Amino acid sequence: MADYNRKNMALLSSKTKAALLGPLNKNNPVLVQVLGICSVLAVTSKLEPSIVMAISVTLVVAFGNVIISLLRKSIPNRIRIIVQLVVVASLVTIVSEVLKAFAYDVNKQLSVFVGLIVTNCILMGRLEAFALGNGPWPSFLDGIGNGLGYGWILIVVGFFRELLGSGTLMGHQVIPQAFYDAGYQDNGLMMLAPMAILLVACIIWVHRAVNKELQEETN
Amino acid sequence: MAMNRESNAYTILYAVVMVVVVALGLALTHQLLKDRQVENENIDKMQQILRSLNVDVTADEALDRYGQLIQNAYLIDEQGVKVAETEGTAPQDPAFSTELGDPEAKGLPVYEAVVDGSLKYVIPMSGAGLWGAIWGYMAIEADGSTIYGAEFDHSGETPGLGAEIADTSFKQQFQGKQLFRDGEFRSVAVVKPGRTDAHRDYVDGISGGTITSQGVDKMLRESVGAYRDFLIKLNMANQ
Repeated sequence: MADYNRKNMALLSSKTKAALLGPLNKNNPVLVQVLGICSVLAVTSKLEPSIVMAISVTLVVAFGNVIISLLRKSIPNRIRIIVQLVVVASLVTIVSEVLKAFAYDVNKQLSVFVGLIVTNCILMGRLEAFALGNGPWPSFLDGIGNGLGYGWILIVVGFFRELLGSGTLMGHQVIPQAFYDAGYQDNGLMMLAPMAILLVACIIWVHRAVNKELQEETN
Repeated sequence: MAMNRESNAYTILYAVVMVVVVALGLALTHQLLKDRQVENENIDKMQQILRSLNVDVTADEALDRYGQLIQNAYLIDEQGVKVAETEGTAPQDPAFSTELGDPEAKGLPVYEAVVDGSLKYVIPMSGAGLWGAIWGYMAIEADGSTIYGAEFDHSGETPGLGAEIADTSFKQQFQGKQLFRDGEFRSVAVVKPGRTDAHRDYVDGISGGTITSQGVDKMLRESVGAYRDFLIKLNMANQ
C-alpha cells in the first residue's frame, strides 16, 4: 500500500501537477501567454470544428512533447528547431490523414487550419521551453495541459459563436422556431473573425477579474 | 555514444536518418488510410451530384440514393456522341473517374438520372473563382435546355462574399432557366444584382463577390458550352 502511494506520488508530483493543471488556468496559453490566437479566430465559427481542432492540437502537442523529450539527449543543438519542426509537421500530417479518412466533413472545414497547426506558436513554445529539458512523462502531461488549456477556450468561443450566430449547436437547431417567429434574428456578426477576438477579450476580462494577481499594474 | 553531438558528421547523419524514418512513417500512414479517403471523396462527389438534382442527403445515405437515382453514366465526345464502352455509374467507371480538363480524358462525363419518372442529365463544371478553383454540377431536363438544378462549390472563396455561391439561395435561382434561346446555345448569365441581360436568361450574382460571380458566368459558358452539341441533339430530339 505504501509502495502504491509512493508510486502515485511519483506519477503526479507537484511539478508534474503544475505542468498539467497550470495551463488550464493561471498559465493559460491563450488567456495569459496570448499564443495561438490566430487559430482561435479562424476555426471557432462552429462548435464541431472547434472541438476537433482542440483534440487535434492536444494530441499533437502531447506526442510532439514526448517525442522531443525522448530525443532530447541526442538532438544536435544546431538543428534542434528543424528537428522540432519535422516532428510537428509529421504529426500534423498524420492528424490530417486520419481526419480525411474518418471525419471527411470536418476535414473539409478545417483543411487549411489543420496544416496551420504547424505554425501554432503553442507547439514550438512547449517543445522548446519544456520538452527539451524534461523527461517524457512530465512532457506528456505538459502537452496535454497546454492542449486542453488552448482547447477549452476554443470550445467556449465556438459554443457562443455557433449559438448566437447560427442558432444551432453541433449543427442541431437549439433556438426554438417560436423565437424567430417573434422577431429574433441570428447575429451574423458572430460568424466573422472580429467577434471571436471580442469573445476572447471577454473571457480574458472575466479571467483577470477572478485572478487578481494576473492584473498588470497601471500607474 | 562516444560520438560528439555537435560534430558536422553527427548532425548530417542525424538529419538523414530522421528524414528517412519520417518519410517511411508518413508513406505507411497514407497507404493504410488511402482506401477510406478515396471512399470519402467518392461519397462527397455523389452528394454533390445529388444536390444538383435538388436531393440533399447525408454521407451515410448518399450511396443508396445515388444508386437509386443515377441510372446511367457515360462519356461523350465533342460532337455529343456517346463514346463506346464507357457506360457505368460506379466510382471506378470512366464517367465518374474522369476529371474535367484532363488532356488524357476520352470524353466528357454525362450522368443520366431519373427523378419522379422524368429523365435529367447531370454534367460537371469546373472553373476559377477569385482565390482558387470553383466547380459544380448542373442538372438539365430532357429538353437539353431547361435547368433542373445546380450545385456549386469552391476551394477557398471569401466567406460571406464569394463563398455564397455554395449557398442554396444562389443555386436555386438557376432552376427553370433556359440554356437555349431561339435555337442557339446562350448559357445563363450571372449579372450584378439589379442588372439584366437581354440576350440570355440571367441570375443575380453575389454582391461583393464580383470576381467569383464572373468566374461562375465563365464556368457556365465554357463547361456547359463544351456540351453544346450534346445539348443541341437533345433539344432537336425533343422538339
